[in-house]
Amino acid sequence: MASPLGLGHLDELEAESIYIMREVVAAFSKPVMLYSIGKDSSVLVRLAQKAFHPAPPPFPLLHVDTTWKFPEMYEFRERTARATGMELIVHINQEGLDQGVNPFTHGSALHTDVMKTQALKQALDKYGFDAAVAGARRDEEMSRAKERVFSLRTRTHRWDPRNQRPELWHLYNTHVRNGESMRVFPLSNWTELDVWSYIDREKIPVVPLYFAAPRPVVHRSGTLIMVADERMQLAPGEEPEMKRVRFRTLGCYPLSGAIESDADSVPAIIHEMLTATHSERQGRVIDHDGEGSMERKKQEGYF
Amino acid sequence: MSANPAANRRQFRAYVNAREDGDILRFITCGSVDDGKSTLIGRLLYESRLVFQDQLAKVEADSRLHGTQGDNLDLALLLDGLQAEREQGITIDVAYRMFSTGRRKFIVADAPGHEQYTRNMATGASTADLAVVLIDARKGVLPQTCRHTTILSLLGVRRVIAAVNKMDLVDWSKDVFDGIVAAYGQFAQRLDVTDVACIPVSALTGDNVTRPSTAMDWYGGPTLLQALEFAEVASGRESASFRMPVQWVNRPSADFRGFAGTVASGLIRRGDPVMLCPSQKTSTVKRILGPDGDLDGARAGQAVTLTLADEVDVSRGDIIASAAEPPSLSDQFACHIVWMHEDPLLPNRPYLLKIGTRLAGAQITAIKHKLNVSTLEHTAGRNLALNDIAYCNIGLDRRIAFDPYRELRETGGFILIDRYTYETVGAGMIEFGLWRGDNLTLHQLAIDKPERAAQKNQRACVLWLTGLSGAGKSATANAVERRLHAMGRHSYTLDGDNLRHGLTRDLGFTDADRVENVRRIAEVAKLFVDAGMIVLVSVISPFRDERGMAREMMDEGEFIEIFVDCPIEVCEQRDPKGLYRKARAGQIKNFTGVDSAYEPPENPEIVLKTGERSVEEVADQVVDYLRSRTAHEPGK
Repeated sequence: MASPLGLGHLDELEAESIYIMREVVAAFSKPVMLYSIGKDSSVLVRLAQKAFHPAPPPFPLLHVDTTWKFPEMYEFRERTARATGMELIVHINQEGLDQGVNPFTHGSALHTDVMKTQALKQALDKYGFDAAVAGARRDEEMSRAKERVFSLRTRTHRWDPRNQRPELWHLYNTHVRNGESMRVFPLSNWTELDVWSYIDREKIPVVPLYFAAPRPVVHRSGTLIMVADERMQLAPGEEPEMKRVRFRTLGCYPLSGAIESDADSVPAIIHEMLTATHSERQGRVIDHDGEGSMERKKQEGYF
Repeated sequence: MSANPAANRRQFRAYVNAREDGDILRFITCGSVDDGKSTLIGRLLYESRLVFQDQLAKVEADSRLHGTQGDNLDLALLLDGLQAEREQGITIDVAYRMFSTGRRKFIVADAPGHEQYTRNMATGASTADLAVVLIDARKGVLPQTCRHTTILSLLGVRRVIAAVNKMDLVDWSKDVFDGIVAAYGQFAQRLDVTDVACIPVSALTGDNVTRPSTAMDWYGGPTLLQALEFAEVASGRESASFRMPVQWVNRPSADFRGFAGTVASGLIRRGDPVMLCPSQKTSTVKRILGPDGDLDGARAGQAVTLTLADEVDVSRGDIIASAAEPPSLSDQFACHIVWMHEDPLLPNRPYLLKIGTRLAGAQITAIKHKLNVSTLEHTAGRNLALNDIAYCNIGLDRRIAFDPYRELRETGGFILIDRYTYETVGAGMIEFGLWRGDNLTLHQLAIDKPERAAQKNQRACVLWLTGLSGAGKSATANAVERRLHAMGRHSYTLDGDNLRHGLTRDLGFTDADRVENVRRIAEVAKLFVDAGMIVLVSVISPFRDERGMAREMMDEGEFIEIFVDCPIEVCEQRDPKGLYRKARAGQIKNFTGVDSAYEPPENPEIVLKTGERSVEEVADQVVDYLRSRTAHEPGK
């Protein structure tokens, strides 16, 4: 609570996140860490290594794979698993895959629901995880500002905004009834800037897509979409052009908007952020599906 | 700063490092929607350039839909997170927002100000170093202002900035401001709020929020943002005695056994002697592992792993403390409780309590008085409703190490958890330990329970018959006891109605009294079990929590819950004592099944369908259960 003399704010945030992860491991029987390959996941993994040292992090990583990530993300995922020695579970919604669900023909909302939300529920049920640690932050989106650090989910993985437990001090109520589970957010109090500052300080590797480079992109409803592989469906007359771009958030490539940028290093990204005029989630297509769209997705079981 | 980072790399690096070195100030804002609180925070975010164009565009769109500022930008809409709340135009939960300046990072807990949301304010205040209390310059110090300040004081927030808002609407008047400063200071003086600063502001125009006001040149103090940037946050945690609640035992291999936790207060160095609480064994610190490897020492706020020189038994929930200045131990406390749930707190109802990393069973043993947080008056109370605050005694099922809350939040603050729903139902702050725990030691009896039971050639147990009035509990108990007696077993029946003539004659039929009634009967049943007896308890015992408590008081397998399951229509038709008739006529209040709840057991060992079967049949059912249970035990 009170800031200890000599500890900078990154040290404080780090200590708080470590405390939260240790609570998870002490209180739950089968925790898992959701691994999205993004910068927040990279920070989470580093924090987990620190929290349990000299033991390895006592939980596996789970990647819910929509099969539509950038190729560089898949490479990075494998590198991370090898480097950390942590068990990596990859789950794909086979039903969705069989039905050929994709962001082009089915739209972002249905694709995200089937391949992400439903897939996540499948994976949590399949392995019986009772706590899922994830990298969501309160500064990401308005509906997240009231999210708990330990967020209770019903047996059907729904989030009930009217039935969340008050969180006082750092006394997290970790009790769940049979079938209920907890989503845990150790980075709740971090901002995007904190994440990059920490990556800078700790020299944490991240997917190269965060750094500016010439990439083939097309303009779509106000965002720049990268032509990441041959599955990209181009509209008639749409012509990819090379632009110097980077990504502030990473997800399915057809749903991740790039920004034009020259920031090709972590310090350059931090500098860009300090002068930025747009929020991080601006490039996310799924946030713009309508009023309160993220809140609705969360109630349905999306992170 | 230059637009080109390469040109100014060193300056930029220094700037980034300075940002990293800055600490965190956690503060809470208190006030109602009408005080312009959301607008104030919105302005802080807006002017510290943390509101981006796309968010602003959204606020512009929202302002047209839900805004309260006409055609102006409604900055409050930046904050109202959830859709339902946006539509209602009120915030109903604590929201946390971050912003930073070159000096430090801020985490703002935004707690709604309505009277019914004491719960949210307490939540937001629990982690706050400082509070910003909003006062509407036109209205002055209101009961609500006092309420907020009292809660802050109880939760240990010592530093308060009173932001006197809407100064633009009182013509920037110094007299108005001075009057409010005097009135507020007078109230705060009665509390533990030791550091009060008042700042005249206008959230709407930004005067004295982030820029000095020219309209109020009579004010020479800092702007709100300056005050926040320069506020001291050191709470004396570093100079206090060393405490570290153990979170997790790290045992990756046979030769490493570390105790992971966050230092709650003080300093620890390699080689320091420590006391382990509550066992009070001592050892010395061998290694301190920090996030980046071995450390010579660690201080409050750091997450570390300690190894000790000796093989001692330490587990989650224990506290590793300074050997020279260890914490006190007790199992009985005087404390303040903030009640946070719609279901009332009932004295003697069993709850779970979490303090530090320790979990324990707990009961409120007495409500000394309720606190009126607006007037500071004390009133009597037999239970606590949502948002009530009271001074209470609490008893735990074990001795724990603690510090008074005012000395250290981490070892003096606790939450209460419902044993059945697992919801967080209350929060508490320990004032001091009561002497009883330290001075009472259990006298060991020479003969133990198995010896007593063996002499009677039986296994002691409780047959707990629960059910509605008229369901047949007492009749069943009689028939079962007849059979046991014939079999040469030693039994006794505790009948709820009979006990009300003596042991429980001071109790009525309110929920609170029913809880105490069951507690007493369970305690007596425990004594009989200890004596080796088969005890039949015949009492309505309508609440799951108390039956669960009775079960936990006994050893594994000793508690046999028997649900005497008879439909209320049948009970009412039988009405052996004429009680249903009186209850329906309104002559008896709080009658179970009529105007008081009955919570049926979820997993009883035995269910007796007394609506369909005779007393003799169900009595056989109980005896058969006991036979099958002991059949495999030789000699029983």
